[in-house]
Amino acid sequence: HRLPLAKYGGRHTVCALPGDGIGPEMIAHIRNIFSFCHAPVNFEEVQVSSSLLDGDMDAAMLAIERNGVAIKGNIETKHDDPQFNSRNVELRTKLDLYANILHCVTIPTVPTRHSGIDIVLIRENTEGEYSGLEHEAVPGIVESIKIVTREKIERISRMAFEYAKANGRKKVTAVHKANIQKLGDGLFLKVVRDMSEDYKDIKFEAMIVDNASMQLVSKPQQFDVMVMPNLYGNIISNIACGLVGGPGLVSGMNLGDKYAVFETGTRNTGTSLAGKDIANPTAFIRASVDMLRYLGCHYHANIISDALWKALVEQRIHTADIGGNNSASDVINATLQNIKVLMDENPKH
Amino acid sequence: GQSIRYSSGDVRRVTLIPGDGIGPEISASVQKIFEAADAPIAWDPVDVTPVKGRDGVFRIPSRCIELMHANKVGLKGPLETPIGKGHRSLNLAVRKEFSLYANVRPCRSLEGHKTLYDNVDVVTIRENTEGEYSGIEHEIVPGVVQSIKLITETASRNVASFAFEYARQNGRKVVTAVHKANIMRQSDGLFLSICREQAALYPDIKFKEAYLDTVCLNMVQDPSQYDVLVMPNLYGDILSDLCAGLVGGLGVTPSGNIGKGAAVFESVHGTAPDIAGQDKANPTALLLSAVMMLRYMNLPQHAARIEKAVFDAIADGRAKTGDLGGTGTCSSFTADVCARVKDLE
Ligand SMILES: Nc1ncnc2c1ncn2[C@@H]1O[C@H](COP(=O)(O)OP(=O)(O)OP(=O)(O)O)[C@@H](O)[C@H]1O
Ligand SMILES: Nc1ncnc2c1ncn2[C@@H]1O[C@H](COP(=O)(O)OP(=O)(O)OP(=O)(O)O)[C@@H](O)[C@H]1O
Ligand SMILES: [Mg+2]
Ligand SMILES: [Mg+2]
Repeated sequence: HRLPLAKYGGRHTVCALPGDGIGPEMIAHIRNIFSFCHAPVNFEEVQVSSSLLDGDMDAAMLAIERNGVAIKGNIETKHDDPQFNSRNVELRTKLDLYANILHCVTIPTVPTRHSGIDIVLIRENTEGEYSGLEHEAVPGIVESIKIVTREKIERISRMAFEYAKANGRKKVTAVHKANIQKLGDGLFLKVVRDMSEDYKDIKFEAMIVDNASMQLVSKPQQFDVMVMPNLYGNIISNIACGLVGGPGLVSGMNLGDKYAVFETGTRNTGTSLAGKDIANPTAFIRASVDMLRYLGCHYHANIISDALWKALVEQRIHTADIGGNNSASDVINATLQNIKVLMDENPKH
Repeated sequence: GQSIRYSSGDVRRVTLIPGDGIGPEISASVQKIFEAADAPIAWDPVDVTPVKGRDGVFRIPSRCIELMHANKVGLKGPLETPIGKGHRSLNLAVRKEFSLYANVRPCRSLEGHKTLYDNVDVVTIRENTEGEYSGIEHEIVPGVVQSIKLITETASRNVASFAFEYARQNGRKVVTAVHKANIMRQSDGLFLSICREQAALYPDIKFKEAYLDTVCLNMVQDPSQYDVLVMPNLYGDILSDLCAGLVGGLGVTPSGNIGKGAAVFESVHGTAPDIAGQDKANPTALLLSAVMMLRYMNLPQHAARIEKAVFDAIADGRAKTGDLGGTGTCSSFTADVCARVKDLE
C-alpha cells in the first residue's frame, strides 16, 4: 500500500509548511524539539501562504510528493477574494488525503466542564460540501454543489471500522442528515451501515448531525469512534476539540494511501496570537508525535509525548488558553528539560 | 377550553396544531395556563395529519392552511417525521406554505435547572426556506450523488434584516453572521455580503462575522461571548440544537418561525413516543414558545407574567418533570404554573 518514504542515511525527510499566523513559530518549536532529542528527521521547509502565487503551491506539492510526509500550519483563506480558493483544501484533495483523524481526550489538569471524554473523529476529507463547485445561476441566486460518491464513502467507512478494530474500540457512530438530504446523506448512511455488517464485534449507531451536536455538549462520554462526511466532520470535530480544552491541544492527521500530512485538529491560523509567544504549542507538538509514530520513530515519539505530558499534567505548565499564565516558550523549555531527563533514564540503543 | 371572556375585539385567534405523541398533552397544558393568565387568545385547534390527494401525494389538510391564512399566528406541537423515506417533512411544508423564513431560538440558562453551562443567553436566527434543505438532489451516475444548496439574495436579505430588527427590538447588542465563506465562497459569500449590507443599516447594533467551525469551538468553551447569531439553514439547525444542549435540551427551549405577516411558534423536541399519554411530558418548550408568540402579538405583559411563572416553577423545582430531574407530572407542573400566574396578578 504505502510507498517507501524518502529516507537517506537512516534519516527521514519531511516537508514543513509553516503557513500563516502562529504556524511559523510552531514549526520552529518542533524543529527545536526534534534537534534537541536527535529525532532522525530532516525538514524541507516550503513557504505557502495566502499572499504567495500559485507557483509556490506547486513547489509545496512536489516536496510533499517527494517526501511523502508533511507537517503544516494553517494557510489563511482570504474569503473576500472569491478567486482565491482554499489552499488547505487544494492540498488535501490533490494529495488525496481522504481521512482526517482526530483523537479528543480529556487531559487531567486542563480545565474543562466535562470529564472522561475519549472520542476518535474520522472525517471524509476530500468531497462533499468542499467540492468547490458553485455558480451564480441567475443574478442573486447561487447554487453550491455537494458531491458524494460511494467509492469515497466506502474508503472512509472502512478506515473507521478498521481503526476501531485495530484500537480495541467498541462503537462507531455515523453522523448524517439523511432525513433532509435523502439521497446524498442517505447514500452515506447506507454504505456505512452495510459495512458495519462486516464488523460484528463493533457496535454501530447512526445519529443526525444536529442531535449529535447536542449530545456532544450534554453527554460526550457516550461517543467512541465517529465517522462523518466532510462538513459535519468539521463541525463535530470543532465541538469535540472545544470540549477537551480548545484549539491549542488537539492534533489532526490527514491520511491517504500515499501521503500523510500532520496539523492541528481545528486547523486555525491563530492570527491574533502570532508573534506573541502565547499560543499553546501542545497541538503542534502532538502533531509532530503523530508524525514520528507514522514514520516508525517510536522511541522519539514516546519521549516527546511523555515529556509534554509531564510538563502539562505533572508540572502544570499552562498557557492562557487553558487557564495558566505560562508562555509557549515555558512549555517548550519544560518539555526539553523533561526530554533530557527521560533520555538519560532511557537512552536509545 | 375555548371560553372567550373578552369582547371579540380584544381576543386574538391562534391556530393550534397539537401535533403527535406528547403534543396533545403539552398543548392542553399551554391552554390551561393561558386561561389562568387571562391571556386574550382563542384557540382554533386543527389536525394536520397528511391527507392523500387524488394524485397520490400527501398534503397538509386544507382546513389548516385556511385557518393559518385567517389567523396569521400558530402554535404547534411536535409532528412525526419519517426518516429517510416518503414525503417531504411536513414541518418543512408548513414553513414553506407560509414562507416562514426565519427560525428564532432563544437559549437561556434556567435557574433551577443546572447544567454544566450557566450564563448562556444566545439567540440563534436560522434561514428557514432554502440552503441545504432545497431538496434538489440526484444520482448523476450510479454511486455519485449531487445535492444542491441554494442561497438567494432575497432569502438572505429577509433573514439578515430580521436578525437586526430582532436585536434592536429585544435590546440585543451584537449580531454575528455565521458562515463558511472560506470554503463555500460564492454561496456563503453571498449570504455574508447581504449581512454586511444590512449591518450598515443598523449602526446601533454591532456586527461580527465568524466561521461556523470557530463558533462551535468557542461556543462549547465560553458561550457568554455570543449574543444574536444569524446563519444559513443547516448551520442554524446544528447550532440551535447545540445551544439548546448547553441549557438542558429541547425540552426547555422555545422556537418561533417568522415570515412576512405570519408566524408559527413551536416546541422543537420530538413526539417522545416513549412517554406519550403518560402525563410525563414537560410542557416548558411549548409554553415558552407560546410566550414568544405573545411578544410577537404585542402582548408583552401577558408574556412576562407567564414567563416568570414558568421560570419560578422550575427554579422552585417541586413540580419539575422527570426530564429535568424532578418528580412532577405534566399536570402537576401545569397546576403549579397556573397557581403562580394567578398569584402574579
Ligand atoms: N495554539 C493556540 N493556542 C491558543 N489559542 C488558540 C490556538 N490556536 C487558535 N487559538 C484560538 O482559537 C480561536 C480560533 O482561532 P482562529 O482565530 O485562528 O480561528 P479562525 O477562525 O481560523 O480565524 P483566523 O483565520 O483569523 O485565524 C481564537 O480565539 C484563537 O486565539
Ligand atoms: N417535552 C418533553 N418532555 C419530556 N421528555 C421529552 C420531551 N421531549 C422529548 N423528551 C424525551 O427526549 C427523548 C427524545 O425525544 P424525541 O421526541 O426526540 O424522540 P424521537 O423518538 O426522536 O421522536 P420523533 O421521531 O418525534 O423525533 C425521549 O426520551 C423523550 O422522552
Ligand atoms: Mg434540528
Ligand atoms: Mg426526535
